Amino acid sequence: MEVGKSFKRVDAFDKVTGRAKYADDLCPKNAYVSRILHSTIAHGRVIRIDTAEAAQIDGVVKVLTCFDVPDRPFPTAGHPWNTDPGHQDVADRKLLNEHVRYYGDDIAVVIAEDTVAADRAIRALTVEYEAYPFVLDPIESAKEGAPLIHGERQNNNILAHSSLRIGNYAEAIKEPGLIKVEGWYHTPTVQHSHIENHICFAYQEQGQRVTVCSSTQIPHIVRRVTAQALGWPWGKVRIIKPYIGGGFGNKQDALYEPLCAWLTTQVGGHPVKLDVSREETFVNNRVRHAMHAHITSWMRPDGTFAARKLEVWSDQGAYASHGHSVAAKGMGAFPQLYPCDNVETDAWTVYTNKPTGGAMRGYGIPQAMFQNESHIEDIVTALNLDPIAFRRKNSMPVGYFDSFSKNELYEDSFNQCLDKAIEKIDYDRKRARYRHQTGPVRRGIGAALFWYNTAVWPISIETSSCRMIMNQDGSIQLITGETEIGQGCDTVFAQMAADTIGLRLEDVHVFTMQDTDVTPYGSGAYASRQTYIGGFSIRQTGQLLKEKILKHAHTLTRMPADLLDIIDGTIVRKSDNRALMTVGELATRTLYDMERSEHLAAESTYAVKSNAYSFGVTIAEVEVDIPLCQAKVLNMVNVHDCGTLINPQLAEAQVHGGMSMALGFGLYEELLADPKTGRILNDNLLDYKLPTTMDHPDLLVDFVENAEPTSPFGTKALGEPPTCSPAPAIRNAILQATGVAINTLPLNPHRLFEEFTKAGIFRTEQEVISPPSPGRSAEISRVTINA
Amino acid sequence: MIEKQYKQITFTLNGKQVSTSVDVRESLADMLRREFGLTSVKKGCEVGECGACTVLINGDVFASCIFLAIWADGKDVMTVEGLVDTDGHIADIQQAFIDEAAVQCGFCTPGFIMSAERLLRTGKRYTRDELRKELSGNMCRCTGYHNIINAVEKAMNARLEAAGKQPV
Ligand code: FES
Ligand code: FES
Repeated sequence: MEVGKSFKRVDAFDKVTGRAKYADDLCPKNAYVSRILHSTIAHGRVIRIDTAEAAQIDGVVKVLTCFDVPDRPFPTAGHPWNTDPGHQDVADRKLLNEHVRYYGDDIAVVIAEDTVAADRAIRALTVEYEAYPFVLDPIESAKEGAPLIHGERQNNNILAHSSLRIGNYAEAIKEPGLIKVEGWYHTPTVQHSHIENHICFAYQEQGQRVTVCSSTQIPHIVRRVTAQALGWPWGKVRIIKPYIGGGFGNKQDALYEPLCAWLTTQVGGHPVKLDVSREETFVNNRVRHAMHAHITSWMRPDGTFAARKLEVWSDQGAYASHGHSVAAKGMGAFPQLYPCDNVETDAWTVYTNKPTGGAMRGYGIPQAMFQNESHIEDIVTALNLDPIAFRRKNSMPVGYFDSFSKNELYEDSFNQCLDKAIEKIDYDRKRARYRHQTGPVRRGIGAALFWYNTAVWPISIETSSCRMIMNQDGSIQLITGETEIGQGCDTVFAQMAADTIGLRLEDVHVFTMQDTDVTPYGSGAYASRQTYIGGFSIRQTGQLLKEKILKHAHTLTRMPADLLDIIDGTIVRKSDNRALMTVGELATRTLYDMERSEHLAAESTYAVKSNAYSFGVTIAEVEVDIPLCQAKVLNMVNVHDCGTLINPQLAEAQVHGGMSMALGFGLYEELLADPKTGRILNDNLLDYKLPTTMDHPDLLVDFVENAEPTSPFGTKALGEPPTCSPAPAIRNAILQATGVAINTLPLNPHRLFEEFTKAGIFRTEQEVISPPSPGRSAEISRVTINA
Repeated sequence: MIEKQYKQITFTLNGKQVSTSVDVRESLADMLRREFGLTSVKKGCEVGECGACTVLINGDVFASCIFLAIWADGKDVMTVEGLVDTDGHIADIQQAFIDEAAVQCGFCTPGFIMSAERLLRTGKRYTRDELRKELSGNMCRCTGYHNIINAVEKAMNARLEAAGKQPV
């Protein structure tokens, strides 16, 4: 068995030697470079762009503007296509936009022989605008009279609204004796900040088809979007995806592939490279939606819910991209994490004149968990209950079934995860010790839960294809449409394939590069789907190949196929465990058979019609220096039930990365827009605080391995889950340490100063002696009691 | 129009003396990639913030994206490619990155390895906290740094032990 073992990554050697090829490493040396001109107003219309001077600059090949591009809006979201027009993504942007909708919108491009010429030409372009009023706040933008951002399409700025009703909220809140706990919770705009910026290059060949080599998570989807943007048949576009330097959802969008494909068509098919700068990554790619949520819970004195209400506004930015699906997913978590008989939820996704919100690791759930799990802590604080006991009692119970996704909580996952986390971080002792602290430096420990959906069925199709080609030595090439983006899927896919067929891991060669001309369809790296979804087609295809091998084994050994098995690359007679021949010998004889030569291969698609809940918990131990307004995470543990671990070492590494990203989300990161202009103020890695080695404690990780019954390998989501619960756990730890509940991320010194001041925690300049008193912070949850 | 200016430079690259003519405006990172095909030299920001382009120059770490190629004249430049011997054996620090699962997308990896290599060459013993401080100029968005610190610590201990210094 290869599944369950901590094999080293199949791509590790190439990556530590610098040999692994990323998009820039494959770009032809003669490629032209391109640079984009970005708008310097947040909202308005380009009246004129003077290109005369730029076009004269030596080395400039062509200058193209928003007046040259096809008048064809296209959608960019990395969702599988839906043949039902009602479920298709919103097509609201062009390759370059005359109607500019955020500070930095793409309005012109220079193609040049080198970057110096291109940069110079960009500076030589002069633009005349007609400026419109702009709006940066989604709640303001949702109101009547706000400047219309997509007036061409709709007469308000609400991209979408959805709601959910369970029971009767209005009636339920009349129950006498209820305690009302309510609060606002805010999460900021953050950016994925993968270390490799998005990059692509495009060229034409073969009768004017276009090939784009791109740093993308979703080659097959990008092919469709690129063709739609060009107005071409989809087969005329070919996308190649080499190794990529991280994606985290940003590259789950068609970023600049459509533009780059169009650029090559404007210069006779000559290769054109579009290399995005770090500044452009922050402003002109995608960001995580900022969300503003208001939650009201009506509690009985015994700590049970009578009724609950959630309203959330999600900041879409200038273009639809993934749009409302993100807020809708976050909203959907609310009634499931803590079920209640009477629930009302509403979510609005609203356009603003800011960078575009897209998919980012967790897809609405990190925001939702901050809202949910901060609010739960406010409830237990108000009611003076134990936070762990409350969660054990009220969170999704064993046997919970969601009729839409058909997901089920099969095991006591939350309690099992909590038990492990509590033990690992020594929660009980620390929680007791950190009660009633005084003094300027205090510690606290806090917890937060999450649940996560593994894949996207039944909202979208879930399908995956796989091809296996056997070599004469009995090894195989494994080809899938699912993409390696750093998470390690090539390695776990190889393990799955080896086990299904009966080969050793070294017999499986993973064809890592997706090329839409040769790779069978797979939707790519998003949700936390690939290990789960890919597993179905790998298992099915492996079984098909195994059947073929055993049929030939029957011919070659005269033994009945059902008495034969393949173990570690050898055909074995099961009745006496005798090794009859190697698979390599069989493959060679089969291919070179004078009568019935056969190239052994198998291919299949599996349409998956299930999904799976993934669960976990974070407990964070934090030290707060009150005079410095600084919170430091001393220890943090994540425990996950992600089913059976295919590769424990890689799974743990995946959790580290997710925790790290959440540490940034919780404590440091926020993309800031200038309220006067809409310009992004911190579009670089000095001013945007990405966590470094210094900001991390050692990260504690553990697992509860409840095999997922719907998966052939017992697996379910792990890619995004680790990033869902750390931020609220840190927030809840700060609450225990200081008595101040802070409901706006990130919890950086600026915010802590503001909140500590409001809470009156500073008594004199030098001295901080006020004891913690829960619920005292000005803006936090208001608690009122029903008459 | 500004004339392009070129300059002939000679320097040691991964142990071998090389000579080339470079545009005086070009960065060392760009020259190493373009002229010598050294794909280990990655660029994540081009302004000295992320560390992906880290190389050793005369044994010290530099962000090659903000180091002019012409400044390499007469110097000793080393990239990750230079850690692999002619038989293809990788260095202990590279193996440690593999063994400790310190590699994910791999884009920060060569830069991190070069920063780590400089530490290992000092022959000093660093605590985990000191390692964190020394490596804080390299950014990684995938690993949470945990396994990277493990890998560097492991290679450091092995080298110290091989040099006859007692492990702690
Ligand atoms: S590319 Fe040189 S430091 Fe980022
Ligand atoms: S492994 Fe991806 S940035 Fe470090």
